[in-house]
Amino acid sequence: MNLFKFADIRRGKDSSDRVGQFMLGSYIILFLLFLVLPLGALISKSLENKDGEFIGLANYSLYLQEPALFQSLYNSLFVAIISTIIVVVLAFLFAYAITRTCMPFKGFFKLVALIPLLSPSILAAIALVYWFGNQGVLKEILLGKSIYGPIGIIMASVYWTFPHALIILTTSLSLSDSRLYEAAEVLKTSKLRAFFTITIPGARYGIISTAFVIFTQVFTDFGVPKVIGGNYNVLATDIYKEVVGMQNFQMGAVISMVLLVPAMIAFFIDRYSRKKQISLLTSRSVVFKPKKHFKVDMIMLAFCSVLALIIILMIGMAQYGAIVKFWPYNLNLTLKNYNFEVAGLGWDSFYNSVRLAFYAAIFGTIIIFVGSYLIEKLRINEGTRNVVQFFALMPMAVPGLVLGLAYIFFFNAKDNPLNFIYATMIILVVNTIVHFYTVSHLTAVTALKQMDKEFESVSLSLKIPIYKMFWRVTLPVCLPPIFDVSIYLFVNAMTTVSGVIFLYSYDTTLASVSAIHLDEQGEVAKAAAMAMLIVYVSVAVRLTHTIITKKVLRKTQAWRYNILDTK
Amino acid sequence: MAYLEVKDLSKFFGTFQAIKDIEIEINEGEFVCFLGPSGCGKTTLLRCIAGLETQSSGSIIQKEKDISIEPPSNRDFGIVFQSYALFPNLSVFSNISYGLINNKWKKEDINKRVNELLELVNLQEHTSKYPSQLSGGEQQRVALARALATSPGLLLLDEPLSALDAKVRVFLRKQIRDLQRKLGVTTIMVTHDQEEAQTMADRIFVMKDGEIIQSGTPKEIYNKANSPFIASFIGSMNFIPASIDASKKVKCNDVEINCDIGSFSENDNVQLAIRPEEIQFQQENQDDNVVSGVIKEIEFLGSFQRVYFKTKNFSDELIIVDVPSSNAKKIKMDIDNEMSLYFSKEDARIYSI
Ligand SMILES: Nc1ncnc2c1ncn2[C@@H]1O[C@H](COP(=O)(O)OP(=O)(O)OP(=O)(O)O)[C@@H](O)[C@H]1O
Ligand SMILES: [Mg+2]
Repeated sequence: MNLFKFADIRRGKDSSDRVGQFMLGSYIILFLLFLVLPLGALISKSLENKDGEFIGLANYSLYLQEPALFQSLYNSLFVAIISTIIVVVLAFLFAYAITRTCMPFKGFFKLVALIPLLSPSILAAIALVYWFGNQGVLKEILLGKSIYGPIGIIMASVYWTFPHALIILTTSLSLSDSRLYEAAEVLKTSKLRAFFTITIPGARYGIISTAFVIFTQVFTDFGVPKVIGGNYNVLATDIYKEVVGMQNFQMGAVISMVLLVPAMIAFFIDRYSRKKQISLLTSRSVVFKPKKHFKVDMIMLAFCSVLALIIILMIGMAQYGAIVKFWPYNLNLTLKNYNFEVAGLGWDSFYNSVRLAFYAAIFGTIIIFVGSYLIEKLRINEGTRNVVQFFALMPMAVPGLVLGLAYIFFFNAKDNPLNFIYATMIILVVNTIVHFYTVSHLTAVTALKQMDKEFESVSLSLKIPIYKMFWRVTLPVCLPPIFDVSIYLFVNAMTTVSGVIFLYSYDTTLASVSAIHLDEQGEVAKAAAMAMLIVYVSVAVRLTHTIITKKVLRKTQAWRYNILDTK
Repeated sequence: MAYLEVKDLSKFFGTFQAIKDIEIEINEGEFVCFLGPSGCGKTTLLRCIAGLETQSSGSIIQKEKDISIEPPSNRDFGIVFQSYALFPNLSVFSNISYGLINNKWKKEDINKRVNELLELVNLQEHTSKYPSQLSGGEQQRVALARALATSPGLLLLDEPLSALDAKVRVFLRKQIRDLQRKLGVTTIMVTHDQEEAQTMADRIFVMKDGEIIQSGTPKEIYNKANSPFIASFIGSMNFIPASIDASKKVKCNDVEINCDIGSFSENDNVQLAIRPEEIQFQQENQDDNVVSGVIKEIEFLGSFQRVYFKTKNFSDELIIVDVPSSNAKKIKMDIDNEMSLYFSKEDARIYSI
């Protein structure tokens, strides 16, 4: 048969098509420059010797012969797996309490549970030092074990990854069909049996997805083990030591590859289980409404209260540590820890962080939203669109530390014409946008999928170019998710460590990185103060966001609320 | 010369052929319907004409200009979708004026044109409302006004009424039809509702599995359906197994039927088709066919009554007869009554099996 027969004829192009095609091309180039080629540079670095000659897998066999490095891999897996198990269990129960019981104060618990999102992961580590460190308040309950090591890493990791797990699990548990429970009740199934035969299987994919996300986050995290890991080496700290300490870039690249592979695998399993999750819910499902059950509600209230208290105690201790004169000998309050001049740093790094966060939020939101629009709504070049879609999902699988190292190799190369962005604010902004691309992209795609798919067709039939419609209709309608994306980028740019630890320069030090260096120099109180500054900004931005959504949107988006006003 | 010609149009999705070698000619000012069951390719054909879908082969000629490879923005049409696709953040006024603004209209001209359109679709009071504040029928009319705003030469409607409830649908059928007559705009409507097609269209193209299997006026399609599929899709139909005997007469079991056998020849197995509303309980003409039997069941359906009739020797299945309620009073119809059915030679059709 003539294969040609199945193909569509070549249609002429109009200005919308041409603009779309041009932009799609630009995205391909940007992704190549800022994601694919840097990763290529990383891989090729791992196959070179110090003089830049190709030596095949020699570095890898060297790695395998080094028991100390191997131990780190084991350590990384150990803390990641234990943390994942703890987080999944705690977050599942917490999510269950929020979605499936009539426990009081749900709103308060939801709010408190999200607090860790506002701080860099090292804040948890610093708080733990105050609680359980050598001069900690509760040092005794560790029974002689040191907080500096796996215990501290696991505790801090559980703290900062908890809200991430909670978000996925709450969504997954709220997508359940109440008819199943009604059927179980009619069949006189016990509550416990219903829990194990309906609830758990229903949330199965959510749990799997959570487990892989948390595993990857802990496995690839740098800040926490750096601050509280002590002599307990993990892959992330090894990379840092090889690169910054010993200038052994080749070995840094090899360990990065070791870090990258499990992250990739986790990523694909996560994608797969999310797809499954969606198809579980049919359009005819009836949303579950919890019933009062005094005993269960009270047990859950106690459980959530304990977790909420722990979260508050952690952040509270970090704040307390930041304003105490000289822990633990002089507990008078002071603001002198916020004077970073003494440590030779000043507030510059804080201002730099805020600038970085602003740039990443503004440019990132524009780039990511336009990109997702092209992928979702352009009517031509399906193949190219799929490639861009693949690129957009890729960053999720690349740990920040690995991306940062890849950027060094690629942009620091003398013969790279983009060399000029090295050690500037630009590279930090680009790195941050790429690092947090996927989640933002998926948020934007979800919003766009909810728009009528014929808007573009209508516009074309009325001879209005698509980009004008984008401006006049798509953007205003998608404003709330756009705000969400920009907030997400802002807060993450403020708090990230692993993404930028290799990329800052003397002029572009960042608050989160400074906190690590302050801690390294033994200035724990100043480190706490610096970390808390990040929290203040994040809180302020979140509050502003809430106000904007409530007030400004109500004005500019009358159409959204009018229904309520007239009826 | 026809206003719109579609020549030998085919469209593949992968290796699946959604529409096959479509040939259509539509005259200026005509209102035509693409009618067919779900999935037969109506929407695909409409979207190819609009340029929103690119055909795999074939050509489209509008006003003697070959538009086969033109992008949609270079074609002259307005379109209304099943979902209406009204812009939620724009008021009724802005939705309707949406297409005018780019075309460099003056402000007062835009105002005038929009008011004209609002009047046309009877929505004067709703200018500043947002789509979410309108009922389904009102939204539908805004979509129609928006599509007509730029005075396109061709209006495309994809199941424009299917999201509405029955009452509104009947009302809007007439409104759209009147509007179309008044403006004289050539219109193609896609629907799977045969009643809608029957009441609105000048001409119907019946589609099945990506092909046009019959075209003609509603009357022609109803009376001279060229296949059992169409005969049963448009209205309802009794089908009775039959054969043609050596003397070229149609026979159902033992009963000989007086009807035109067309091009069938002896010993062919065929099916006899008669519409329920074309069967009577009283003889009207001398040469009417007569079948006797008993009434098994009667359904009261408002304007008519549906009778299920068990015949002797004629058919194993129950025969459906629709009797207008006004007639039903005159005839004594009771269950288990022995009665005779009559139908004329002209109303009996023969199809192959
Ligand atoms: N984008 C597409 N990709 C693959 N197949 C498609 C696509 N669009 C339509 N089809 C297939 O082509 C066939 C015709 O689809 P079309 O939408 O034209 O049907 P329709 O007659 O409008 O049906 P309905 O009355 O349900 O709207 C269907 O079998 C459909 O599954
Ligand atoms: Mg359709």
